[in-house]
Amino acid sequence: MANPAPAAGGKSFLQAMSTVTEEAAVPLRVVQMEGLAVLKIIKHCEEFAPALVTGQLLGLDVGSVLEVTNCFPFPIREDDEEADADGANYQLEMMRCLREVNVDNNTVGWYQSCLLGSFQTVELIETFMNYQENIRRCVCIVYDPSRSSQGVLALKALKLTDSFMDLYRNNGLTGEKLREKKLSWVDIFEEIPIKVSNSALVSAFMKELEPESPVSQCDFDRLKLSTAPFMERNLEFMIGCMDGLSSEQNKFQYYYRNLGRQQSQQQAWLQKRRQENMSRKAAGEEPLPEEDPSNPIFKPLPEPSRLEGYLVTNQISSYCNHINGVAGQSFNRLYLMKALQED
Amino acid sequence: MAAPETSARGAGPALLFPSSSSSSSSARVEAVVVFTICDSFVRRPDQAERVIGTLLGSVLPDGTVHVRNAYVVPHSESADQVALDIEYHHNMYASHQKVNPKEVLVGWFSTGFGVSGGSTLIHEFYSREVQSPIHLTVDTGFTMGEASIKAYVSSNLSLGDRHLAAQFQEIPLDLKMLDAEKVGFEMLKSTMVEKLPNDLEGMESSMQKLYALIDEIYKYVDDVVEARVAPDNKIGRFIADTVSSMPKLSPASFDRLFNDKIQDNLALVYLSSITRTQIAVAEKLNTAAQVL
Repeated sequence: MANPAPAAGGKSFLQAMSTVTEEAAVPLRVVQMEGLAVLKIIKHCEEFAPALVTGQLLGLDVGSVLEVTNCFPFPIREDDEEADADGANYQLEMMRCLREVNVDNNTVGWYQSCLLGSFQTVELIETFMNYQENIRRCVCIVYDPSRSSQGVLALKALKLTDSFMDLYRNNGLTGEKLREKKLSWVDIFEEIPIKVSNSALVSAFMKELEPESPVSQCDFDRLKLSTAPFMERNLEFMIGCMDGLSSEQNKFQYYYRNLGRQQSQQQAWLQKRRQENMSRKAAGEEPLPEEDPSNPIFKPLPEPSRLEGYLVTNQISSYCNHINGVAGQSFNRLYLMKALQED
Repeated sequence: MAAPETSARGAGPALLFPSSSSSSSSARVEAVVVFTICDSFVRRPDQAERVIGTLLGSVLPDGTVHVRNAYVVPHSESADQVALDIEYHHNMYASHQKVNPKEVLVGWFSTGFGVSGGSTLIHEFYSREVQSPIHLTVDTGFTMGEASIKAYVSSNLSLGDRHLAAQFQEIPLDLKMLDAEKVGFEMLKSTMVEKLPNDLEGMESSMQKLYALIDEIYKYVDDVVEARVAPDNKIGRFIADTVSSMPKLSPASFDRLFNDKIQDNLALVYLSSITRTQIAVAEKLNTAAQVL
């Protein structure tokens, strides 16, 4: 693209420009992470677990691939103004320092740790919207330190779907709009596959320094028979979420009940007014208007946002996935144990 | 073991005595440090021969220096002098301290093989910042045809009041890299991994490894029994220990245990599917309610 041959001829500058913008619209397909960034994220998240931490991802945006080449952690935030300003200074300082040593200083998103995959929160969506305003393409990497004891590298790259962002921006998270757009809870987050790349130098070092060992820690973790604590916490969280979901449902029921009551009140009022008008007509007077905005029963009831419910549903579904996954692993292990016992 | 290397300042005569040997006895390096150093070397400025930087970590109670983090510091080097961007170093150190106050300055690193002339000056600077810093060299050029990472401590050699030289003494370095084990080395060794393994794929690979190991042991035992391989008592005992470490259960009680576990897991799977159904139904009801 940078050097269009004149032989390509007919293509004008304008056309060339339009192809550039078309290229920019390529959807994000893969997040390619450097091993360095992966290690740094894991280090930061593990060191502070169970506290939740965040950090910034740096990298390049190349076509449909988002390269994450480096990252830096944020200090744990305290909730006051001064700390906020401090945090912003820290971020600028860090970016400046990293630029000086030729690190890509392009923000491409942020990472955060989570507990048992419970990352679906309103804060995440708000942060994402904030980032999205400044950078066209951004991603959130979520790492779950609690699952690493299972021998799983729980690293996920997430983004919000475009249709959801549209609705969120326009405050369109009401039942009607959601139905119009056919947006259900599965369509909020989009998971993007992660690739891991390493520079040839690093790869050479690792090959040299780490002799091919038959088993590693993560194999041991995977073959551990005890899953009870993990499962218990998962279920506990899920039950909590179910409670949340049912309270959300109650909110809606309350809303619909109120709405129904209001509608019947409106009807009653309307009928009364019509009768009155009829009698006025008979008496030869001007009819009264059939609408009265000052009457409190015509005030529209605010519809509760669907967002909470959707997020809770998302969480429940991710717990279900965990449980299924871990149960599947347990089956494997149990049969393996049976086979060993029979030997 | 200790290969003292004298600095460019002057070849020491025979009257040299290490002033202290109480400094750190060994060092441990995590993978993230090696990755950082390699990455910064790849990204070094055009004319630079090597990169140097600061090592962060902690000193364990037994005197081992545990290096857990690193950052590069810009510098310029000419024939006989080294200029380190001290302000940059301080800024970066302050930033790192904000994130993790437990990681303190423990030394510095440089790429290249062994200790070079300019190193004494830099080491002196770091000695002013922290007591007995360690010096880590990472041979990114593979000068000796192998990846060599070495750690040194330095001690001053003096004769009376006269400072003669600094001696760099190599200390044992532990490259176990526990943090990398969590990720899995396969992912860090190759230049490109297309996809992260999910739960079951990881399990599958672990099981395959286990199978391969069991097969290998079988083969070894058979070989020994048939006198193809000289028996090694140590290995034999180890295998015996491993086999006997498996609890011996009566078939009945094992079956009960096994079935209980299976039932538990099935119950969990059932619960999770019923939850999913519940969610789906709730969603449908919500949409239906909106139509009203």
